[in-house]
Amino acid sequence: MTNEKTESNNLLPLSRYRVVDFGTAWAGPMAAQLLADLGAQVIKVESRARMDGLRLGRPIAGDDVAGGDRGLWPELQPVFHGINRNKLSVTLNLKTDEGLGLVRELLAGSDVALNNYSPGVLDRLGLGYEEMRALRPDIILVSMPALGETGPLREVLAYAPIIQALSGLMSVVGYSGDEPLVGELQAPWSDVVAAIHAALATVAALYHRNRTGQGQFIEVAQLEATTSMLGEAFLETQMTGMSPGPQGNYSAGGAPHNNYPCAEPDRWVAIAVTSEEEWQAFCGVLGNPAWTAGEMFATMAARLANLEELDAHVREWTRAHSSREITELLQGQGIAAMPVMNIEDQFLDPHLRERQAYLEVEHPHAGIEWVYGMPWLLGSTPGGMRSHAPLLGEHNEYVLTELLGIAAAEVTRLQESEVIY
Amino acid sequence: MENYNPSGTAGPLTGVRVIEWGSLVSAPFCGKALGELGADVIKIEPPGKGEEGRYRGPYPDNVPHPEKSGLFLFANLNKRGITLDVGTDSGRRILGQLLETADVLLENQSLSLVEETGLDYESLKGEYPRLVVISISPYGRTGPYRGYRGTDLTANAMSGLSFGTGHRHREPLTTPLHQASYLAGVGAAFATIIALLGRDMTGRGQSVDVAEAQVIGTLLTGYHLPTYIYRGVAGFRSGNRMRLGLFPNCVLPCRDGYICIDAPQMAQYQRFLDLLGDQEWMENPRYRDRRAMSDQYPEEAESLISPWFMERTKQEILEACLAHRIPCVPVYTFEETLGDPQLTSRDYFKEVSSDTAGTFRVPGPPYRLQKTAARLVRAAPSIGQHNQEILGRELGLGGDAMEKLRADQVI
Repeated sequence: MTNEKTESNNLLPLSRYRVVDFGTAWAGPMAAQLLADLGAQVIKVESRARMDGLRLGRPIAGDDVAGGDRGLWPELQPVFHGINRNKLSVTLNLKTDEGLGLVRELLAGSDVALNNYSPGVLDRLGLGYEEMRALRPDIILVSMPALGETGPLREVLAYAPIIQALSGLMSVVGYSGDEPLVGELQAPWSDVVAAIHAALATVAALYHRNRTGQGQFIEVAQLEATTSMLGEAFLETQMTGMSPGPQGNYSAGGAPHNNYPCAEPDRWVAIAVTSEEEWQAFCGVLGNPAWTAGEMFATMAARLANLEELDAHVREWTRAHSSREITELLQGQGIAAMPVMNIEDQFLDPHLRERQAYLEVEHPHAGIEWVYGMPWLLGSTPGGMRSHAPLLGEHNEYVLTELLGIAAAEVTRLQESEVIY
Repeated sequence: MENYNPSGTAGPLTGVRVIEWGSLVSAPFCGKALGELGADVIKIEPPGKGEEGRYRGPYPDNVPHPEKSGLFLFANLNKRGITLDVGTDSGRRILGQLLETADVLLENQSLSLVEETGLDYESLKGEYPRLVVISISPYGRTGPYRGYRGTDLTANAMSGLSFGTGHRHREPLTTPLHQASYLAGVGAAFATIIALLGRDMTGRGQSVDVAEAQVIGTLLTGYHLPTYIYRGVAGFRSGNRMRLGLFPNCVLPCRDGYICIDAPQMAQYQRFLDLLGDQEWMENPRYRDRRAMSDQYPEEAESLISPWFMERTKQEILEACLAHRIPCVPVYTFEETLGDPQLTSRDYFKEVSSDTAGTFRVPGPPYRLQKTAARLVRAAPSIGQHNQEILGRELGLGGDAMEKLRADQVI
């Protein structure tokens, strides 16, 4: 493991807590991962009868295999390896009564249960909040339905883009003018937004429980999490009578403010000039060409009113330089600039490298691989990478024998009857 | 003001005091989240003009006014506000008195300003060993770019999210509406509570360094790393369609706007084809390979389904797709989301009144905690609204002292 410092002097702030993770795909598993990274013992409950679908996603490590080859595929999905690191896996078949019984035993000894099932699934399994509370009075149950446990659209099977469409966010991802709407962000935005909110609510509830002994039920609808960060747009709609349209890269806070093309093909640099001093410095870096002195660009208001002409001039300059060169020139004068990075740039970037944005981990089947690192850096309890994402059922013995105290012969019987499956 | 928590139960963070030295979005939104969860959040603004967020719109009828910014009014719910010039000796001393009473200092100021005023964790930890210091910045407080200037735009650029967003023939698009800052703010609230739980174990505070670019670069775009390592794909823009998926997964125009469809399961796709009716192309093997349709000839594939959408309105499409269990919905404008029956039935938007700007509906807290409901009990503060209450009554500064601070423009 690369992060030796993590191992030697890292006090794990959530090490006292056990979390049962019923999550599948992104939102639920990532919420549990945020807790696992900081030391919670997260036990992922899955089975071959109901596998986390992300295990069968793409790409896979090594040679691709034909769809349907389930041999090692569930162990070779590197995206799964990121979202499920630091967890344990137990394979309990929830389609059997005995499997459900074992889950109940596990819940009785746990602090948190987390799921992103569709509404009603936990209840149908007999694992609703009241039932869980009977097993463990101070348990914290966190549910992350897509659109909510109630409401006319509660049954809609909604993936991230669907949620982003309903939230309003999608309607502003695009260019001004006649360009067709872009809409899509190339990442599961709503899943991640919901995961962070759910993790926040979970630790807030743990903080409360530590002081009062009281557990509770928490619902974080993914649609509401996404919508909760868009207040300024809802206020604009009400204050001006107009819904905001596609935003481009513009900002009311200043101009130039865009991603500009550089000398290399399909390379871009973000530049944000947000004050008069910065504008003067920007003109200086360009060598004060005649156009910068024009009436059209004399004040911030004028620059904001003449964005297209301004951007055309700026592009002429940026096209002659590399994105790194422009960044250094402008940052040298206190102006916000940054290359528009792709994943290769990020992976090789010295700043992100020093901050350990990507971590190396050894996986039993995939070998040495890289997954993303910690999103936030805590000075004395940083958490980090402790173990690779679990193989299906990798910790069956630990969970069943050590935690639940089941005898080895009984474990064998449970395996043969596909309760442990 | 509607009370989101009418039973008056204490929030989970009751008893935690946060001093917020924030501007614009990231730290203010973090403070808002902690306030909703019960913390006592005291916001510090520069005397006279207040913080920068007051000078970004939106404004009622587009008329700028520092007490009427929609951005500010939203990001600063549930706080009390004071003015304080932390660059002066007396201002810095008063801040010190406040920090004596606080659990958390939350800031998103420039590194140079934080160091000049001695408000970085290293300078504070001796005097305030139990204090948690949360810093939010575009790129973070360590690493070669720690002194670089940044905004939401440049943080998105480093995050990797901009690179893939937008049409192939156009410039990359940033994530709009300060989303990198909001997301970092929520993450910082999570990390704050982690640090408080850590303090319960160690008795000591700690520093928390949250970089907007890194929150997105790990949790959102970090999953592109395997695609790069195993397939050599570093990223590309694919416009209105999600790349490397199964067709259909895209945004398409309809009669009165746009729709979004994302139907990866074969059964969902088959129900969609059934809805479209008996068309010859559906039998063609070229249009059965959904991975190839998505990766190799998406325009051609989209042109086959587009006419069905163009003949229908958003509402007609929503009803038909709901009835046939197809994940396909309208791309709502914000006005439409405000009226969405799903959110309305859950009483999601909350009314907030400000003395200056009027009454508006804002998105409520998204975490519904059954026992300790999030609160929406206080509108955003006006400039210096709680100077007397906090500095006079709670810190015990007398009338003369307050007068002198005012005269010296410290408050």
